[in-house]
Amino acid sequence: MGPLVVNEIISAETNLLFAFIIGIAFGFVLESNGFSSSRRLAGMFYGYDTTVLKVFFTAAITGMLGLLFLSLFGWLDLGLIYINPTFLWSAIGGGVIMGAGFILGGYCPGTSFCAAAIGKLDALAFIGGIFIGIFIFAEGYPLWEGFYKAKDLGSPVLNDLIGTSRGVMTLMIIVVALVMFWVGEWSEKKFARDDYKINQH
Amino acid sequence: MTKEKAPKKYMNPYLGGVLLGLVLVFAFWVSGRGLGASGASKSLIIAGVETIAPSHASSASFYKEYGSSKENPLKSWLVFQMMGVVVGGFLSGAFAGRLKFKVEKSPKITNKTRLIFAVIGGVLFGFGAQLGRGCTSGSALTGMSVLSVGGFVTMAAIFGTAFALAYFARKLWI
Repeated sequence: MGPLVVNEIISAETNLLFAFIIGIAFGFVLESNGFSSSRRLAGMFYGYDTTVLKVFFTAAITGMLGLLFLSLFGWLDLGLIYINPTFLWSAIGGGVIMGAGFILGGYCPGTSFCAAAIGKLDALAFIGGIFIGIFIFAEGYPLWEGFYKAKDLGSPVLNDLIGTSRGVMTLMIIVVALVMFWVGEWSEKKFARDDYKINQH
Repeated sequence: MTKEKAPKKYMNPYLGGVLLGLVLVFAFWVSGRGLGASGASKSLIIAGVETIAPSHASSASFYKEYGSSKENPLKSWLVFQMMGVVVGGFLSGAFAGRLKFKVEKSPKITNKTRLIFAVIGGVLFGFGAQLGRGCTSGSALTGMSVLSVGGFVTMAAIFGTAFALAYFARKLWI
């Protein structure tokens, strides 16, 4: 049955309408969890608020399990979904630059739009920066095109790399995530701050 | 309890994660792709350059590779999705009583410092998301849920670098 648009059950126009509705749900969940707060997001890296870890990894394992279940039910053909390609050097290089941007700016792109929607002016400044950054990348593209396209590994998945099934791989990641949740809960007690309330802003 | 109306509490993060994961799975079921955030900004830049400097857009390689293949870069899935994110974020903030113009920062720094670093962070993130073929949403979260090796690598690089630099940026936050 799914993906609906790939199997032409819905039209490309309906797909765009769904994109808008999915976006509303995405933004609503992000804001409800305080992803519109830069101090909460940055708290991840000082241990006083590890909400990012909890939400992010719960979402990732829910996503993995959900895709497995839909496939099991015959509702989604996993052969038709998009697997992000891996260009090893640019994946690392891009990630390092994004990490620096995260700790200096306090947001990532999705959360900055969410925060700007509730009036955070620092998020608006961050969004301005995003546009400048993309423009610089676009204008200087010939300078880093080689690095951008180097070490093309195709679209490998982790379970093939390790040599196990998709299900076992997911189980292993869930176990790792549970350990990290425990560390996160411990960290919030250990690095708690007097000037910061974790569930309230 | 108090006279001032306090904003509502945030959602339980594990519940929030499950809901976010379900949104992600629904996106895959509908479109065959997951979520993304930086792609919409790229579409805006491409559309802007095509409008303001069409001859440049048709000669510079970046725009040739990405922009000119499509009839209108703004008619893309991620652009519609990001418009939804702004609406959804606003609605959640409105229901919870969190709509307010403010600059969020450590009490130790000025608003100006915070805004300057926000712009610098945005520039880096915008550039890095192009290089890494997606940001925290499109590359890390979505990539991880389909077990993409690149998704895990990008996730580890983002969080690893932020942890490594946290000490030097501490005055901004604590």
